[in-house]
Amino acid sequence: MIRFHSVSKTYPNGVQGLRDVSFHIPKGQFVFLTGHSGAGKSSILSLIIAEHKPTFGEVRVSGFPVGKLTPNEVPRLRRKLGIVFQDFRLLEYRTVEENVAFALEVTGARREGMSSRVMRALTQVGLAGKAKGYPKELSGGEQQRVAFARALVNDPPILIADEPTGNLDERATRGIFQLLQQINAGGTVVVMATHNLAVVRDTGYRVIELKGGQIVYDSGQEPVAKDPE
Amino acid sequence: MRLPPLLRESIRTFRRTPLLSALSVASISFSLFTIGLFGLVALNFRETLHKLAERVEVVAFVLRGTPTETISVASQDIQAFPEVLEVRFVSEEQALARARIELVEFREAYRDLETNPLPASLEIRLKPEFRNAANAQQVAERIRGFPFVDDVRFGRDWVQRLDRLRNIAAVVGLVIGLAFAIVAIVIIGVTIRITVLQRATEITIMRLVGATNQYIRGPFLLEGTLKGVLGGLLAVLMCWVAYLLFRGTTGELGNSLVFFSPVQLLLGVTFGTGIGLLGSLLSIGRHLRHV
Repeated sequence: MIRFHSVSKTYPNGVQGLRDVSFHIPKGQFVFLTGHSGAGKSSILSLIIAEHKPTFGEVRVSGFPVGKLTPNEVPRLRRKLGIVFQDFRLLEYRTVEENVAFALEVTGARREGMSSRVMRALTQVGLAGKAKGYPKELSGGEQQRVAFARALVNDPPILIADEPTGNLDERATRGIFQLLQQINAGGTVVVMATHNLAVVRDTGYRVIELKGGQIVYDSGQEPVAKDPE
Repeated sequence: MRLPPLLRESIRTFRRTPLLSALSVASISFSLFTIGLFGLVALNFRETLHKLAERVEVVAFVLRGTPTETISVASQDIQAFPEVLEVRFVSEEQALARARIELVEFREAYRDLETNPLPASLEIRLKPEFRNAANAQQVAERIRGFPFVDDVRFGRDWVQRLDRLRNIAAVVGLVIGLAFAIVAIVIIGVTIRITVLQRATEITIMRLVGATNQYIRGPFLLEGTLKGVLGGLLAVLMCWVAYLLFRGTTGELGNSLVFFSPVQLLLGVTFGTGIGLLGSLLSIGRHLRHV
């Protein structure tokens, strides 16, 4: 699903985000990206969501060659991804269900069946009862669940979560993690960047640890095989 | 009735941010109003110059005793000049009668005359596009070649002055008009940019969930266009009110003032619409390159 092959990323200001990074995430895997600030977690995520292009090497996500994508092709890749950030990024003037429906509306989904898809996503994250509420009426954990529902409503095969528990207390963090486990159990690839090692510990999921833009530990390291995609 | 999604989204933005939307429309309308006021001044100035230019004519004084047939044939020849609109023959008697009416201070002197001192003449009016010193001079030179012509006059000095005035007016009008237009475009651009920035989160989310740039641009372009149309219509209304107020306070002079023609008004609103659309296009384009 996701393949990095000898990827380096240098930003226009000269900062080197990644150095010769290679890994492969197959279908259905749950992966933690860990490391301190500036270790390269966000650089990896930004390459996966095609926010940036690699300076060297090859990045393939769900069959899309990120380095060669034209601006018109980027939306096609992003429709295969669900993306969640630490700061939720919800629209305050829209209700919970409207926030979730937004992801369908702006990608041109048919109106028929839209509300049932929205309710299904909200049910999945445990917020079906708060569909008519507004984000500011919800707790931080609930707001993050809305963000997850929005990310999942298009049934993406890959879910990218950048520090999704960074703004949450311990209880909400546990809840979000359980939600991610459920999502992954349905076959969705989950890539979660976090510096919260308490979340990672003893989960049994694959951990890729980064430092100075390089992979210093990969619990699921395997020989880089040819991607069937 | 179900509105198209694009229009629904634009109207939704207007409703959600009424103050910002009203400010955008107000800034567009005031910018266009400024241009409109300048346009009105320029229009009336041009109209005045046009009226002055109508007086540009070449007068050929005819030698006494010239047969009427000769003058008649020559009149037809002169009428055929490409610059000439109309040739009018003024006999000696007509010239005297006119002088008695127009030159009031010499009325007594003209009344007691035993012989008419005024010559007959051909008054030659030029077509509007030839009413300048260079063309009047050319026509005068050609007419001077007719043997029965005693003298030719066209008020060289004031026609040249009129030419200079027209040139100055054209340059000043162009420079100030352009300056006003640029200021309007900048103000409108900034206003629309504020709208875009205010919706930065929304745009970011749209991009992240896979909305195409065309889809993201759509509501902004429509919104900018709607604001341009509204701003343009408001500017027209403000210009009309200003025109009426000015007309009302200037008495006699006010009656000769003119307002924009329907075509010019339509052009003004189209200009506002274009600026709204262009401002949105540039602002959203710039924003999309950076998110």
